[in-house]
Amino acid sequence: MTLTKRIIPCLDVKNGRVVKGLNFESIKDAGDPVELAAKYSNEGADELVFLDITASDEQRATIKELVRKVASVINIPFTVGGGVKSIDDARNILLNGADKVGVNTAAIKNPPIITELMTLFGRQCIVVAIDAKRNYDLKENVNIFSENEKKFWFEVFIFGGKQGTGIDAIFWAKEAEKLGAGEILLTSIDADGTKNGYDVLLTKSIVDNACIPVIASGGCGKPDDMVEIFEKSNVDAALAASIFHYETHGVKGVKSFLKEKKIPVRL
Amino acid sequence: MVSVAIFDYGAGNIFSLKNSLEQAGASVDVITSFDKPNIYSGLLLPGVGNFDPAIKSINENSKTKFQDFVEEDTPVLGICLGMEMFFEKSEEGIEKGFNVIDGEIVVLPSTMKVPHMGWNNLEIKKPGTILEGVDDGSWVYFIHSYRAKPKFDDVITAESDYGVKVPAVVEKNNFFGTQFHPEKSGDIGKIMIQNFLNVCKK
Repeated sequence: MTLTKRIIPCLDVKNGRVVKGLNFESIKDAGDPVELAAKYSNEGADELVFLDITASDEQRATIKELVRKVASVINIPFTVGGGVKSIDDARNILLNGADKVGVNTAAIKNPPIITELMTLFGRQCIVVAIDAKRNYDLKENVNIFSENEKKFWFEVFIFGGKQGTGIDAIFWAKEAEKLGAGEILLTSIDADGTKNGYDVLLTKSIVDNACIPVIASGGCGKPDDMVEIFEKSNVDAALAASIFHYETHGVKGVKSFLKEKKIPVRL
Repeated sequence: MVSVAIFDYGAGNIFSLKNSLEQAGASVDVITSFDKPNIYSGLLLPGVGNFDPAIKSINENSKTKFQDFVEEDTPVLGICLGMEMFFEKSEEGIEKGFNVIDGEIVVLPSTMKVPHMGWNNLEIKKPGTILEGVDDGSWVYFIHSYRAKPKFDDVITAESDYGVKVPAVVEKNNFFGTQFHPEKSGDIGKIMIQNFLNVCKK
């Protein structure tokens, strides 16, 4: 046997509650993060990701307590990201029981933070989250793709998908790896919330250019979407939120389905 | 109640390990030096951080050597980096390991994605203390970039396949090591933590 594909429920946390947005916007309440973490862990999730989307720094201080509670109820790995600005923010998350810390905007604004974090905590703890979106306004020195006769490139967005950076996502993935990232959490802004499936083109492009594990995120609406992304790319893990939150499909059901479709999963 | 210590190199999540030991009924102290008397039935070297900073953190904070602290009878569980420190040296750094098991730590093959991250199977080679009640083929959670290359294969009780055979569990005298993280390996991991605590009770 060999390494399995990981199925990762994601919990977007705002002011201490799990919420789910559509295309990074409208928010619905989906439950208590600690209860959901325990439930997913018991159902056989391979890992969990928490993204803190709380707006103000003041309210964000509560994440420390949340990390501690979650770490006491589960015995699978989990990553915490969202609003990590400094080494201290990362330390706060890791010393309170998270296994990995996700950095996104801070890494774009100050790339050496990736190397500093790697040196302090080890490469395996550092997840660089990349939010990417198609940009049809072509420019030089970017990787150009085409779909339906339209040409575009993948641009990295920061501040929760609100602000473009002008940076090519493939370039940034390679750069993040060179700086010391241990894993890439790749979210397609175009696909996120649509439930029409993962962004195969984006995922494949990043996976084929990176030598570290990549997690696909954004767009999963049904178990078949996971089968598709694993069959069409060599991605290591698939992250999803809504399909697990609203009892449409349990983690176990999804993994049994994947196994039937010959995707190697832990069951 | 069995009393054990976790050595904290100051580099990451030891909360989960502490929690899993406490859930298994142990009382746990976190120590940052080997200079105080060893009043423990077991010692854990956790699996977070980098080789050189971790070894330095131990050497700079302790006049007492690791070998003198544990002598021949304190059971030690080294997890991931903690296990790697049992060996003579590592390609991750220039500091010397504890050298209680012959061999070295080498980087994983470049043909594979590094780190090796996720759930992989155990191929049990022979019975061992940590593996009691653990089935061949059980899934455990790995997250590492280096692997052990013991001089003598007889210390390996289980392997895992990741392009090469990765020693997953090693045992020698009172030293027990896992390349994966039992505290993150669900119910199977719980069994192994309990197995270690059972040795500590003796």
